[in-house]
Amino acid sequence: MSVGPGTNKLPVNADWRPGAGLEALRARAAMLGDLRRYFATAEVLEVETPLAGTSAGTDPALQPLRARYRGPIFPRGSDLYLQTSPEFAMKRLLAAGTGAIYQICKAFRDGEAGRLHNPEFTILEWYRPGFDVARLMTEVATVAGLALDRPDLEAEHRSYCEVFESALGIDVLDASAEDLRQVALRSHVLGAEGMDLTRDGWLDLLMSHLIQPYLGAERLCFVTDYPASQAALATLNDDGLTAARFELFFQGIELANGYHELTDAGEQAARFEADNCLRRAQGLAPIRVDRGLLGALEHGMPECAGVAVGLDRLLMLRLGVDDIDAVLSFSLQRS
Amino acid sequence: MATYSTSEFKGGLKLLLDGDPCTIIENEFVKPGKGQAFNRVKIRNLKTGRVLEKTFRSGETVEAADVVDRDLQYLYNDGEFWHFMDNGTFEQCQADANAMGDAVKWIKEQDECMVTLWNGSPIAVEAPNFVVLEVTETDPGLKGDTSGGGGKPATLETGAVVRVPLFLQTGEKIKVDTRTGEYVSRARDE
Repeated sequence: MSVGPGTNKLPVNADWRPGAGLEALRARAAMLGDLRRYFATAEVLEVETPLAGTSAGTDPALQPLRARYRGPIFPRGSDLYLQTSPEFAMKRLLAAGTGAIYQICKAFRDGEAGRLHNPEFTILEWYRPGFDVARLMTEVATVAGLALDRPDLEAEHRSYCEVFESALGIDVLDASAEDLRQVALRSHVLGAEGMDLTRDGWLDLLMSHLIQPYLGAERLCFVTDYPASQAALATLNDDGLTAARFELFFQGIELANGYHELTDAGEQAARFEADNCLRRAQGLAPIRVDRGLLGALEHGMPECAGVAVGLDRLLMLRLGVDDIDAVLSFSLQRS
Repeated sequence: MATYSTSEFKGGLKLLLDGDPCTIIENEFVKPGKGQAFNRVKIRNLKTGRVLEKTFRSGETVEAADVVDRDLQYLYNDGEFWHFMDNGTFEQCQADANAMGDAVKWIKEQDECMVTLWNGSPIAVEAPNFVVLEVTETDPGLKGDTSGGGGKPATLETGAVVRVPLFLQTGEKIKVDTRTGEYVSRARDE
């Protein structure tokens, strides 16, 4: 081999190819086209919001990646958060009077990589003023059927309490952290014996190990009415014990998370505070809160329901592959 | 004390769990979108060979096990222990029957074996994939039968018994696959 002008002399990576094959790349393009057509027909406006911003979600379970900007506006430099979801900015748009909106964008989560996770992934998020969660779930089922290329897929609805009751025979609203720990031990979750978890941590352990793998085996499975302690940014139901929050599962995989959205500025500020308190207690850095969101809520955001859907996982299910690497052009280890 | 955090987990990593050295076979990151992350790990206990599943809370740290695999030469058996030597450093070590496991059936002096050392002591010994051993006892062969169909038991010089084709005679050398315990072929003397 001759070494002439323009010939590369740097070491090359032999494993340069994408994780997704051509079939997966084409299926993604087809899925995105179908989704955009659906929302255009439904007269939901497509929007874009910043992926890098000076504030971010405060949820202690989500860690944003950070980037550094320096130049005009921040001459001494400022840390920017890469958004864990476009939620806050989209709510500010709703308060500004956009009506129904959707966005397809990247979201970033530090520390998350595995068979179903990549730190950078594609989210479809939309908000429907005037919808309650029941009406939104109907639309989510339609959209999921579209993305999976299985428009006739049926859906079932089960409450969080009912799935725990039927799988493990416990009343989750009544159970203490110790009760939940005992269930984990009884169910032979090895490693649980030495674990120190909060009550919600135990719920997550039971859900992810003993319940979720069996959800949505045949059809879409919506789990509704999460306990108030896991309300995140959903309004509470009239019982005060559960929240107007749902998740969608299919073939054991978590696909979507939706709420009847909190619109009360005072309550939102209190949840920001509580999240940052919890973050400090867990040794995590507090997050700069989105004061714009508080301003928007004070101005008035329409009553609405909203949902975030993981498009990479839908694509995995559409193609029948079991690793997210196979639907991404370049996952982190290939990037 | 060396430790690993759950984000370092991957196949082949050696951990110390409940006092026993273990190796990770499979690691799965499990996390609800809005909840606690876990690592569900399939683990082999290197002392007992048992495989189990264990869950760790992500972010936890786990003690590392000082486990290495070495190619060592088998020297001799003193009645209780099997002695091995590192041909590079001439260091020697001894393995007990437990660590030897099935390897005792196949190895002869001078054979190179993969020995798993935990804190410098053998906990597992793997015979070479193929070994050549002499047949010390088998029923007389049937002349003219070279098809190998049917077969008969043959005792080898190490005491192992394998099924061999009918034509094989006492005193011949054969090649055996130690992973399956099956006869492969006649071995030619070099």
